[in-house]
Amino acid sequence: MDEGLKSELQKQGIFVTSLEELYNWGRKNSLWPLSFGLACCAIEMIAASMSRWDLARFGAEVFRPSPRQADLMIVAGTVTKKMAPQVVRLYNQMGEPKYVIAMGACAISGGPFKQGYNVLKGIDRYIPVDVHIPGCPPRPEALLHAFITLQQKIAAQELTGPGRARHLDAGAPGEYPVPQFGEHDLLPPKNPDVWQPPVPAHT
Amino acid sequence: METLEEIKTRVEAGIPGARLHIFANESPSAQRSLLVGNSHALSVAKFLRDDPHLRLDYCSNVTGVDWPESELTEKVKVKKLVDGEEKEVEETKKTVRPGFLEVVYHLYSIEKRHGPVILRLRTENRTDKASVPSLTPIWRGAEFQEREAFDLYGIVFDGHPDLRRILMWDEFKDFPMRKDYVEPDDYEYEPTPHDEVLERAQEHQAQAAGS
Repeated sequence: MDEGLKSELQKQGIFVTSLEELYNWGRKNSLWPLSFGLACCAIEMIAASMSRWDLARFGAEVFRPSPRQADLMIVAGTVTKKMAPQVVRLYNQMGEPKYVIAMGACAISGGPFKQGYNVLKGIDRYIPVDVHIPGCPPRPEALLHAFITLQQKIAAQELTGPGRARHLDAGAPGEYPVPQFGEHDLLPPKNPDVWQPPVPAHT
Repeated sequence: METLEEIKTRVEAGIPGARLHIFANESPSAQRSLLVGNSHALSVAKFLRDDPHLRLDYCSNVTGVDWPESELTEKVKVKKLVDGEEKEVEETKKTVRPGFLEVVYHLYSIEKRHGPVILRLRTENRTDKASVPSLTPIWRGAEFQEREAFDLYGIVFDGHPDLRRILMWDEFKDFPMRKDYVEPDDYEYEPTPHDEVLERAQEHQAQAAGS
């Protein structure tokens, strides 16, 4: 619908909307995060949910202790290789629609522990991540920014057609393989369906 | 607190057969330690804990050290016949020191408010005879730290009540803190490589291009 006409009608007290917009508006304003902290980033996440930054303003104050009741996984902190299978399993247990924010340098790339033997080089090697936040740790404002970015992403999702949201596409994958503990590393070390190494700019 | 020499003399007098060696430290801290043979380690530890003057009742830290096999070079002056004349000539002598693993215990006394006394135990080698007696029966607090040393260095503690890996998963086979540990080749994406990482990343790229 034409934006100008819509705004003109709004001035007359008539709200016109589409089902898609209404549906996305409802979803984006009640994201329930999984209460889930792995390291120091979790402290910033807790701070963001408390009165000073007040995540509740964005409809995301209800941190759920069960993956069945959560829409959003905030991977806040270092994902060790020992913890990675559990993170993927929790993600698999969440009901659709589900989203992932990878918070902090460790969760997006391994961060300062990237060359360590025990830390996963980014959770996006196993599960699809919607928003990455850099920082060590990111300030609560950065988490709020990631939230708003995710809300915009949800608002732009289509309900029908070939580019429709994943949870409305029966053929789209909802579960991802859980890595196994190997003798030297996790098996497989990455899920190639989710993550492929970017081509480095300088070679 | 007594000096390390006094402790050594008293321990050797108190426990027949025990031989301690004072391990020098050339770093600025000059913190010396006591090297104990494995056969008497338990009784020496018990002595240090129960002796009324020492009462080292608190084991604050247990850690491992990896000493891989290394070649030591020494310069030795040797008398030699050079052009019919006897002269002193410097020669370099090379000796191979076999590798071993070491466990270091830092002991304090809460009661007497002194410490630390540092105790070292050595394994025979790094492969099949990598064991030392566990001191968990003496200091219960050493339990998890000995498990950590077992996990990351592969030091086997005889007499430990529950010797399992503590940080890595049970299926893991390597000992990551050993100097010859090679981490899995996951260098496919290094945005800002330098030094060792750059080398590993280049190796990986070359391998990926070859296959």
